[in-house]
Parts: sequence; structure tokens; C-alpha cells
Amino acid sequence: MIPGGQFFQQIVNGLTVGAVYALIALGYTMVYGIIELINFAHGEIYMIGAYIGTIAAALLLGAGLPAAAAIPLAIVAAAAITGLYGLSAERIAYRPLRKAGRLAPLISALGLSIFLQQYVLLAQGARDKVFPEEITSSGFTLGPVRVAFVQVLILGVAALLMVALQAFVRRTRMGRAMRCAAQDPVMASLVGVPVDRVIALTFIIGSALAAVAGVLVVMYYGKVNYLAGYTAGLKAFTAAVLGGIGNIPGAMVGGLFLGVVESLAAGYIGGEYKDVVAFVMLVVVLIVRPQGLLGVRVPDKI
Amino acid sequence: METANAGHVLRTRLAKAAGWTAAFYLMVLPLMGPRRGLWVALAVLVVQALALAADRVPPASRERLAAALRGGGRCSAWMEHRPAWVRTAAPSALLLAVALAGLGMSPYTLDVATNAGIYVLLALGLNIVVGMAGLLVLGYIAFSAVGAYTYAILNTQFHLSFWLALPLGGTLAACFGLLLGLPTLRLRGDYLAIVTLGFGEITRITLNNWNALTNGPNGILGIQPPSLFGFAFSQPKHYFYLLLAMVALAAFFSRRLERSRLGRAFVAMREDETAAESMGVPTLRLKLLAFTLAAFWGGVAGVLFASKQLFVSPESFNFLESVMVLCMVVLGGMGSVPGVILGAVLLAFLPEVLRGVAEYRLIVFGAAMVLLMQYRPQGIWPSSRRYEEFRQEA
Repeated sequence: MIPGGQFFQQIVNGLTVGAVYALIALGYTMVYGIIELINFAHGEIYMIGAYIGTIAAALLLGAGLPAAAAIPLAIVAAAAITGLYGLSAERIAYRPLRKAGRLAPLISALGLSIFLQQYVLLAQGARDKVFPEEITSSGFTLGPVRVAFVQVLILGVAALLMVALQAFVRRTRMGRAMRCAAQDPVMASLVGVPVDRVIALTFIIGSALAAVAGVLVVMYYGKVNYLAGYTAGLKAFTAAVLGGIGNIPGAMVGGLFLGVVESLAAGYIGGEYKDVVAFVMLVVVLIVRPQGLLGVRVPDKI
Repeated sequence: METANAGHVLRTRLAKAAGWTAAFYLMVLPLMGPRRGLWVALAVLVVQALALAADRVPPASRERLAAALRGGGRCSAWMEHRPAWVRTAAPSALLLAVALAGLGMSPYTLDVATNAGIYVLLALGLNIVVGMAGLLVLGYIAFSAVGAYTYAILNTQFHLSFWLALPLGGTLAACFGLLLGLPTLRLRGDYLAIVTLGFGEITRITLNNWNALTNGPNGILGIQPPSLFGFAFSQPKHYFYLLLAMVALAAFFSRRLERSRLGRAFVAMREDETAAESMGVPTLRLKLLAFTLAAFWGGVAGVLFASKQLFVSPESFNFLESVMVLCMVVLGGMGSVPGVILGAVLLAFLPEVLRGVAEYRLIVFGAAMVLLMQYRPQGIWPSSRRYEEFRQEA
């Protein structure tokens, strides 16, 4: 049994990790909502975003910029460039297969994921990439709980992005087009929604969000390597399913929930089985409530 | 008017090509640096130029080109129309030829060929569920791990004989398959892919951490090689023929399955689940059965793997192994028994041929999977059924 202070500490840590899962899960859920494809390469996109952010931060800090300017700039650069990765991925690996049944796009996605992982390995090597600025250590204490500034930053940025995304999807013209395409792509195209552009935009936004998550994680843990996308991708997918795949608020809730449960499990059971907890949860959700926490059960289209 | 329009189209195309080239350069710049990034930009430019050139080819010739790419590989379709004795004699002759070739192989070649045999078994097993039933299973190697550890543990602790472990390992793996399939198969195919992926991870993590049973990351040493009536399988040659026999058995099983009522029901389910269901095909039960059968062969391959290596550790059962087996099935031709065997043999021997560029092997695999799905989804040796389908489409 761990003491109460420890409990709250695990909750805070869990929320931090959960916010990151939620940001990645948004990419899965948005893409799935429209083209019903599990974008296996999304984890790798996140990993690439982390690399680009780290490299950009190193360059900017090396150029003499203060950390307060360099880090936001690095995040923006990572989001922009990783967005291009998402766009190209959709063009090259998914768009040609949109009418090709179930199995082909999945295998294509898997191939792309291996390709991207190996590309980073070949370009950057197998060693960990270390974030140039040591920021994990500074923080403050709140009663028995120690909160690092990075954790506040992660939660703040994640909350901001989620609110912005929700506003975009609910209030803008393009957001309405997105919801429209998610409901019925064929019908949407008949009434003049540029479905191809909407899908491309979905990939860009999802990838940019994953990149931001990637940079935040590197700042939190201090390093990233080319295999990071695999586990993170699986976890984020679990979060998306947990919240109800295709459901944007669901992905946020699912991410936070998964982060907290995992963190508590690591505290109570032991760190080595932390990853198992997430997958067991995935299987349990699929058995008990396959539509997820916030999802609605959709009958199969015939 | 016509030419002005054509000029406009060309200008847009050129602008697009320039845009993509610039975008790719920007993308690879942080990771590859300005110099190496130029090569990527150059490659993108060449691809764009080729695409532009392809536009100028008249549509009729372009269609013929596409048909050529999609066509070919009619071996299975051709064999379909031969008399029965030819269809039996051809694979038998091939088997005999491989058996005779084994006599002249060096121990090293025999070892590589034996490994290829294990991959063929795995690929044939995975083909049942991915190729015939159309369910994507990503953590397939975990079933193999179950088989391998079954033999490793029971043999080192209780001296269980290999010949008993072979069906036992398969059965245990099949039970795992059943357990995993029950909750997930009612859901859509993509969930299955992820859940099996998660299952693969759980298996590996458990093997890594359950020290009392599996000796953790150090693995289990001191497994006995199989023996039959006092004859011990000790040389590479022995394993080669053992594996050859098993592969022949698995191939025969797969062929019979393919043509059986069950196999046809699998294919019906793959092609259109709703239609199959409405025609009275019990899809849920069949999915479970396909899953269990595939897991069984995975387990058998695992037992053989353990008995050959005489050592097992969790590292042999990582995700990339699952991907490798899936690649074999996809490359060879999903649902085609000779294709899958060919794919497995090719990919198992490939690393031996490409020693110098080994580090590029996986990136080529990844790219090949993406391109295959677009240009030749039926694989290099498609089944006769797939061949007909794709010929009609083209």
C-alpha cells in the first residue's frame, strides 16, 4: 500500500502522461472518424515530431535564443514540419487505397510505420536523442505532491490545444465540413464538401498535434529514440478506443483516464507491468463496452 | 484555346512538382541535414518528372502497362486446368528435388534452409487467418513463443519428449488463440489487428518478467534435441529433413483446407462478411476456427524453433518477427499456398544474399509493403481465385 501523498503524486504524473496520450489519440480518432482507418504510422509521426522538435530546440538555443523563446518556436516548427509528414503519408500510402477494401490500407499503414521508423534509425542512429535543455528538475511542491514546471506546461498546452480543436471542429466552416465528411463521405462530396481536402487537413492537424505531444514528452523525459513511436502509438490507440473511436472529446477523456490508471498501476503493482495494464484495459473495454466511454454504438454499414 | 489550356495544366503540374520537392526537402532537412536531404529532394523530383512523363503516354498504352503489372502470375490459374495427376505430381517432384538438393548442401546452407523452413511453417499458418479468412493478425509470433516456451519448460523441467511437445505446444498456442479470439472477433477487423499486436507485447513482456517460469531475459538453456527410436537429431542435415517433412505436411494441410467446404467458407467471409453471413455461413465460429488453426501452426513452428536452437529467449519473439512473417504472406500472395511458401523462402534467404546492405533491409520491406498494396496487391504468385479477381478488375 502506498501512502496518500504518493497516491496524489501518481495522479498528477498520470494526468501528465495522459494529456500526452490524449493529444496523440486525437490523431487516431479524427482519421478513423472520417476514413475508418487505423493509421498505424501515427505513433511514428509522433516520434518524428519529437525528433524534429529536439533538433530545432538545439539549433535555436545554439543560436543564442533564450529558452522561453526557443522552446515555443521549436514546438511550432515541429508541428508544421510534422504536419507535412502527415499530408505526404496520406497522399502516398492511403489515398490510392481508399477504395481497396479493408486489409490493403492496414498493411500499407503498417509498411509506412516500419519505413518511417527505419528512416529515423538510418538518419539519426540508434542512440537516444537528448533534449538540449535540462528543465525537468525545476518545480514546486503542493502539500505532499511535487509538480514540475514541465508538467504544468504539458497540461496547459494540451488543454489549450484541445479547446482550440474543439472550437475549430464546432465553429468553423472547415470544421463543419470535417464533421460532415465523418458522417458520410459520399453524401458530403455530393453537397460540395471537398472531401479530399478535408481528409488531408485531418491528417495535417492530427500529425501536428502528435508532434506537439512528442516535443512535450522529450522535455518531460529528457530523451527520445527511434522506437518510441511504437509503444506510444499503441497506448494512444488504446486511449482512443477507450473514449470511443471517432469521438474527439472521447479521445481526451480516454487519454487522461489511461494515463492515471497506468500511473496508479505502476505505483501499486510495479513498473514492469505498466504496459500490460494498458493492453488488458483495451481488451476489457472491447469486451464490455466496445463503443468506448463516450461513444455511440454504430451499426455496420452494408 | 486548347493549347492555352494545356499550357495552364502543365504550369500547375510543374508548380505542384516544385511544391512537393520543396516540402520533402523541408521534411527531411532536420533529420538528415542539408546535404543528405538534397538526395531525397532529387529523388522526389525524379519521381515527379516520371509522373509528368507518364501523363504524356496515351491512355491505352498506360492501361496496358498497368495490366502488365497487375497481370502475370497465372501459375495457379494455369495449374487449375491441368489433370489431377499433374497437380499432385508437380509439388511432389519439387519436394523430391529439394530433398535431393539437401544432400549436397553445406552445413551452413542447411542451417539457413532450416530457418527458412520454420518461416514457411509460420507463413503457412498466418496465411490461414490473413490470406484465407481475411483477418489481420499482427502479434502472430506470440503463438510461436507459446509453443517454444512450452517445449523449453516442459523439456528442461520434466524431460518431455519432442514428439509429445509438438502437438502439445500447438494445442496450447491454439488455446491462447481461442482465448484471445473470443472477445475480439465480434468486433471489426482493425480492432483485431491492434489487440493481437497488444497480445504480442503482453506475451513478450510477461516472458521477460516472469523469472520463476521463464528465467526472464536470459532465456532457457539446455533444451534437448529431439530423438526418434534412439536416433538423435544432432546435425543440421537432420533438422533440414525434419523441417522439410513438416513443411510438406503443413502445405498439404493448407491445400486441402483451401479446397474444403471450410476453406471456401473462409474465402466467402473474406470477400464479403455480410453476404456470407446472410447465406448461412456462421462467420463468428469460422473466424474463431481460422484463428485457432493459425495459432496451432504458430505453436508447432515455435516447438520446432526451440528444438533447433536449443535455447529460447523473449528477444526471438519481438514485433518485427511478426511483421516479417506478415511480409512473407503479403509478398507471396495472400491466400496462395505456393505463393506464401515462395515468399517465405525468398525473404528468409534475402538477408544471406544482402549481407552488405543489411541495415536497409527493413526500410525496403516497409516501402515494399506500401507499394505492393497499390500495384500488385495479389502478390507475386497469386491464388487462382485472386488472379481471376484482379484480371477482371484490370
